[in-house]
Amino acid sequence: MRLNESIVSKTETDYYAMPDERGHFGIYGGKFVAETLMEPIEELRRAYEEMKQDKEFQAEFDRDLAYYVGRPSPLYHAERWSKELGGAQIYLKREDLNHTGAHKVNNTIGQALLARRMGKTRIIAETGAGQHGVASATVAARFGMECVVYMGEEDVKRQAPNVYRMKLLGAKVVPVTSGSRTLKDALNEAMRDWVTNVDNTFYIIGTVAGPHPYPAMVRDFQTIIGREAREQIQVQTGRLPDALVACVGGGSNAIGLFHPFLGDESVEIFGVEGGGDGVDTPNHAAPLCAGSPGVLHGNRTYLMEDHNGQITETHCISAGLDYPGVGPEHAWLKDIGRASYVSVTDDEALAAFHKLTRTEGIIPALESSHALAYGEKLAKTMSPEQQIIINLSGRGDKDINTIADIEGIKL
Amino acid sequence: MSRLKSRFARLKADNKQALIPFVTAGDPHPSITVGLLHDMVKAGASVLELGIPFSDPMAEGPVIQAACERALEHNVSLKDVLGMVSEFRQQDNDTPIVLMGYANPVEVMGYKTFAEAAAKAGVDGLIIVDLPPEEGEDLVAELRANNIDMIFLLAPTSTEERIEKICQMASGFVYYVSLKGVTGAANLDVQSVQDKVQQIRQHTDIPVGVGFGIGTAEKAASVSAVADAVVVGSAIVKRVAENANDGERISAEVCALLSSMRQAMDIES
Repeated sequence: MRLNESIVSKTETDYYAMPDERGHFGIYGGKFVAETLMEPIEELRRAYEEMKQDKEFQAEFDRDLAYYVGRPSPLYHAERWSKELGGAQIYLKREDLNHTGAHKVNNTIGQALLARRMGKTRIIAETGAGQHGVASATVAARFGMECVVYMGEEDVKRQAPNVYRMKLLGAKVVPVTSGSRTLKDALNEAMRDWVTNVDNTFYIIGTVAGPHPYPAMVRDFQTIIGREAREQIQVQTGRLPDALVACVGGGSNAIGLFHPFLGDESVEIFGVEGGGDGVDTPNHAAPLCAGSPGVLHGNRTYLMEDHNGQITETHCISAGLDYPGVGPEHAWLKDIGRASYVSVTDDEALAAFHKLTRTEGIIPALESSHALAYGEKLAKTMSPEQQIIINLSGRGDKDINTIADIEGIKL
Repeated sequence: MSRLKSRFARLKADNKQALIPFVTAGDPHPSITVGLLHDMVKAGASVLELGIPFSDPMAEGPVIQAACERALEHNVSLKDVLGMVSEFRQQDNDTPIVLMGYANPVEVMGYKTFAEAAAKAGVDGLIIVDLPPEEGEDLVAELRANNIDMIFLLAPTSTEERIEKICQMASGFVYYVSLKGVTGAANLDVQSVQDKVQQIRQHTDIPVGVGFGIGTAEKAASVSAVADAVVVGSAIVKRVAENANDGERISAEVCALLSSMRQAMDIES
């Protein structure tokens, strides 16, 4: 499959015309960065545009996805779980089976190839749950590049296995102690590094946020998820699904699944945010459900912010969803009504984590467990003839310490 | 004539360069800011740069990040910052004030509401670090309607084409970011600053200020030899932080630094 493969179906709203040439998705997106970074992001945009047209690059990307990542990832019919729920048939897109254990590697492979082509020798990345950090450290090791990963001090604590994994891969993990010490602060620190070392450094952003061209570029690397799923479901069942469900932190796994289906108006689309203690409390990470538009980290989007425009602290059991912003394309899809954004609480996600583990023998990441929890609710409202694809974006091995802590077990 | 224009005209007539100190509003406490601004004017400040505290100051080094955190402990808002400017204007109607901050607080207040309130308070210019001209058209229009200058940044990475375009939009002065890095960095190279400032001057007649990494009287003097204005931030904020419990000592230390810079700059010119 090709990144620039023309899109499958067209409808009245051209969902595939975004972003515009200035990097805007409606009023969202854009290039809100310091002057020092304006030329570097323009250079990146040009390199990416060239790369999209380059058959050799495309072939290399496809080869890496097949033989290094292990794609295509299976689309698995969770028959036992579906039967138990008595509603729609649930299909899981198994991104957890990718090399490094999550969808993140699809994007880091693409960006690392681009970095090498641009002659950059040093990779930096931010990470929350550590999955993007591991995926960045992995590609850096493979290409022999220096790699520095910024990670909030809080996250360093709650994702210890991934921190060690990054170190084994040769990356330097820098704990970030400013602000709330989570993903947003790691992003701030990575931006500061980039502005300082812009000559030799490529910043691999892990989600569909940041200044243009990142939201579009990361999406394009991740749409392999949706393109495969769209083909697989038709091969297995002879038709399109009725609904898609994916968790949304920054939203890269979600946009990767959703995007190839946007033109299929019969397919309902649900993005699931981290509801923490509930969106009616201050402790959550659900900007699309309970935030308002603003500007952060290079783009205009929905944010968790106070009435003075200060970014507020988020709370979510899953580090990968613990972020006060969201990719600008999701903000646009929400406003035009093509996708619905909902939230589930920490407790609901935990219950889904255990449910899938015991029913299907698959340990899901806590991020993905949010999608599973909503998928379960949705399936129950549907009939057994209908079908849902849930993106199982990552595996849960990295979360076993968090789960054990909650259960009062010392590993 | 705007305060910025007349201040730069007078400096030029005296063959002097502007010294522009930066402090974060409300750091370490909202009660000291207005007094500190007045004291800095007495110590030789030509223009004042007042920082709007923000929770995620991406272009700042650790010193100004910490200043934002101290101010935010007192919930200093954009509205409070404008209140400080109004209070300052009761005693000083000549010294130009430029606000510096990030896009989101201004976005949330609303461009029109902000521009009108800022003009009423006595603000002369605005620097928004993460609002390049490509995204700034709407805000610039509102500021123009209220006679406030948008101060655009130029950087070592700005191409000739960008310099030309930005200079066409600029008013008040243009702010050249002296280095690739964050505020308070230590890798200032005066020769490269001189080259770039000369390049900028080919595209505009408005004053060119230089900031980032200018922390000593010696550096201020050498930059003032090649630019029209010298912006000093982290070196001042560091003195604020070191004396956070004693407002008088903050003022004394900050003013001592500014006086030494002013003196060194005047000898140089």
